[in-house]
Amino acid sequence: MAKLDPAQAGTYTASLKPARKRGRGRVTPYLFVFPWLFGFLAFTLGPLIFSLVISFFDWPIVGQVKFVGFGNYIEMFTQDSLFWKSFGVTVKFAALFVPLNIVVALGLAMLLNQNVRGSAFFRTAFYLPSVISGVALAMIWAWVYSGEYGILNYFLSLVGIDGPDWLNDTRWSLVAMVIASLWGQGAMMLIFLAGLKGIPKDLYESASIDGAGRLRQFRSITIPMLSPTILFNLITSIIAAFQQLTLALVLTGGGPLKSTYFYAMYIYENAFKYFKMGYSAANAWFMFLIVLSLSFLVFKSSAAWVYYEGEIKSGAKAKSGARRRSA
Amino acid sequence: MRKTIVYALLTFCSLLFIAPLFWALTTAIKDPTELYLFPPKWLPSVWKFGNFAEAWTVQPFNVFLKNTVIVTVMATLGQLVSCALVAYGFARFEFKGRNFLFLVVLSTMMIPWEVTMIPQYMEFNYLGWINTLKPLIVPAWFGSAYFIFLLRQFILTLPRELDEAATIDGASKMGIFLRIIVPLMGPALILVGVFQMMSCWNDYLGPLIFLNDQSKYTLTLGLAQFKGMFGVDMQSIMAITCLISILPLAVFFFAQRYIVGGIAGTGIKG
Repeated sequence: MAKLDPAQAGTYTASLKPARKRGRGRVTPYLFVFPWLFGFLAFTLGPLIFSLVISFFDWPIVGQVKFVGFGNYIEMFTQDSLFWKSFGVTVKFAALFVPLNIVVALGLAMLLNQNVRGSAFFRTAFYLPSVISGVALAMIWAWVYSGEYGILNYFLSLVGIDGPDWLNDTRWSLVAMVIASLWGQGAMMLIFLAGLKGIPKDLYESASIDGAGRLRQFRSITIPMLSPTILFNLITSIIAAFQQLTLALVLTGGGPLKSTYFYAMYIYENAFKYFKMGYSAANAWFMFLIVLSLSFLVFKSSAAWVYYEGEIKSGAKAKSGARRRSA
Repeated sequence: MRKTIVYALLTFCSLLFIAPLFWALTTAIKDPTELYLFPPKWLPSVWKFGNFAEAWTVQPFNVFLKNTVIVTVMATLGQLVSCALVAYGFARFEFKGRNFLFLVVLSTMMIPWEVTMIPQYMEFNYLGWINTLKPLIVPAWFGSAYFIFLLRQFILTLPRELDEAATIDGASKMGIFLRIIVPLMGPALILVGVFQMMSCWNDYLGPLIFLNDQSKYTLTLGLAQFKGMFGVDMQSIMAITCLISILPLAVFFFAQRYIVGGIAGTGIKG
């Protein structure tokens, strides 16, 4: 009986039933995925297309809508110094944040992976800041960074450093944003930790028998075995860096002198402060394309540096299969 | 020797992560006269727990709390129901276009919110939903890519024999879903519920864009509003900061097992 065949039952049982029921059976799966499908059309695809359309219009929230072709795009590249400024700030932020985020998260994960007692406690400590709201995080750091009475400068003074007025000094404000963002790295650390736990112990054992030192083991085992996880975290970090907005809005308001005026904040202000919906949409699409192409580039480059364990196995299988066929 | 170094590093790093939280908490219970001192005082000489109640009255935080609770409960409920249904659809049926649709689900995770935020605002404006809690609740009833993915992966690990046995017993697809799949999805549903609860409770940008009137504000908006206010002492700001962080911290402690496992899972599959 087909009904008892595990590969078939559950999916094709409907075909054994009378025709009327079969028709209903075909619709059933769509009924289950319908909520997502509707939401996708109404809240994602619809808005996505609409935002592309209005990016070609001069579209104030009240007043005359006017088609301007590529006008918005031309304006942002040629006449808008704030576009370049805010884009530059975001690129600088990403250039600092993305590598540091990976290094910090991986470093902490490796410390936790040393299997010392109490590592669950330390894991909780490292992860704790990432569960609170971005607004709470910004408020706490505004107080920590306070130039005169801040706890950070107090610690720096203990080691003889005269700390800057972090949030009011254009040279340090962006660094301050990076540090505050790194404080919320918890999720990435957990992902790295899981990746580290997935590396077979015997690799390290045989390496140390062969006389490989810790550094060598890190370079030749940990990094390659962890490379798919690094790829995932790298792309997630890039997306997060470009979308950083809450911190800028609450911690610095983009200042001082626009030194922390992120591109996302520029898009936000164009839409909801100046109500230039079309212009803002054009910028949002530009950001989308940048994030997509960066992710694509990283993904493309991954062929050279990401190592998938399956590759060798499937490669070997393919080879042996080819041999069998030729034989 | 090596163990000692590891412990020293772990302790030092955990202090870096805990110190700002600790500093916020002790600031919250300080007398205003002890706020601006250098060198700073770690612990207040008198612990003024009354600061919390006092800070709560500076703004209508009761209203903000009510709004936040409504949004969080309704959106979490919606997310659980819709994502479970959709995940079941993707995990247990063969249908035309399934793989393509699932690819679409995954790719929506790449779309920056900035791109859809403006049309969404106009859409909700057209529907008359601006300055109501609806834009923060209704979309949650139509699923979210990441949670659908998570739940689908989980359902795939459940043995199909259970479905088959129920089919033979004459159960409908909905019956299988409700009586067999959902009860087994416990841990995965807790994970989704916890994630959604935290992200709703902590959300700032959604409320910021969709709500104008103070009577509709959520807690994060109330807290952020302190920034532009004069005459609000730091201990009040830190008191509210601590109070609104209680829920996410408590949820984290109770659900730590699920959260750690859940986040770890994404990385491997991703």
